[in-house]
Amino acid sequence: MSGNKQEEDPRINGIKTKIRVVPDFPKKGIMFQDITTVLLDPKAFKDTIDLFVERYRDKNISVVAGIEARGFLFGPPIALAIGAKFVPLRKPKKLPGETIFEEYELEYGNDRLEMHVGAVEAGDRALVVDDLIATGGTLCAAINLLEGWGRSCGMCTRDRVTRIKGKAETQGEATMHACGVPMMILAEIFGLIIWLINFWLCTGNSDYADL
Amino acid sequence: MFAVENGLQGDPRLQAISDAIRVIPHFPKTGIMFQDITTLLLDPVAFKHVVDIFVERYKHMNISLVAGVEARGFIFGPPIALAIGKVISEEYELEYGNDRLEMSVEAVKSHERALVIDDLVATGGTLSASINLLERAGAEVVECACVVGLPKFKGHCKLKGKPLYVLVEPSQLEEGLTF
Repeated sequence: MSGNKQEEDPRINGIKTKIRVVPDFPKKGIMFQDITTVLLDPKAFKDTIDLFVERYRDKNISVVAGIEARGFLFGPPIALAIGAKFVPLRKPKKLPGETIFEEYELEYGNDRLEMHVGAVEAGDRALVVDDLIATGGTLCAAINLLEGWGRSCGMCTRDRVTRIKGKAETQGEATMHACGVPMMILAEIFGLIIWLINFWLCTGNSDYADL
Repeated sequence: MFAVENGLQGDPRLQAISDAIRVIPHFPKTGIMFQDITTLLLDPVAFKHVVDIFVERYKHMNISLVAGVEARGFIFGPPIALAIGKVISEEYELEYGNDRLEMSVEAVKSHERALVIDDLVATGGTLSASINLLERAGAEVVECACVVGLPKFKGHCKLKGKPLYVLVEPSQLEEGLTF
């Protein structure tokens, strides 16, 4: 669900127009959606944060988890505005303390997301932030990581996620639907590929434990 | 220059910030007492203190650009930039070499007044490289700002001629420590 099929907030178009497309990066055939140009426009950046803060401020969220590295640009301002903890989800070997990890698939091979032990606690209601969703692989790894401590996402299991394959333009959305996790996407570019900031609200089912 | 040397002596926010930073011994290698700011980020009050103190300092210094060094500078830079209404540019550390920083050429216009932000200053190497990058792009670096810094940066210490502003010292330093 993109959540914005009804009337679009006028700020969204301003944000969309600030995203720069870089052809053939990081490799040929990919039209890279560069959000750094949004950061160069204080109004567009502020509107982006405001839109998410407005959506989430009264939802009793205690943790905002940001995915390295562009999730670090958007997550902390949201966390600060809603009074939540900010938890960085990082590439391997960057976090200095004791960590847990979740592996996920890349086009060739695997990668891994890590989180500090103790960063989240039972009962935390978590929001996951990244700049962009394509296949949903990284975001699902983040959910699994957070979920591994018994928090929220009652319907999301690793098996269900990895079994989802689909067309590139809808894979991310399909993955998220299967996860049972709602998603807010700020902007759809070209109607084909789902881009920009995606937040998942894990609705905190304290009866579900996956320890 | 540390915050305590510049008008914030006795400010309780500084103690709260210092207390919220966790020390991890021998990371990434033996002898290093790593200053872990992730615990600061788990304390919304202390995290907000960091942003507030930097914003109070910089909002009237006519800063037009906040440059955040990857990756922990990305956490502190944007909230400051949002509060003072300025743009953010990012500087990336390459993973295969720890001595190289990149910046997008379009990010910086000539004559920008830039603030560089990172979580910690130890040798000053990363910040010096950041200053070089920004100056080559035509910006004027007004100051470098860090949450934590070694005591050697007290007084009017400069990096490549630019002032440095640090909130707190490390709470634990082993004798004979080298960074």
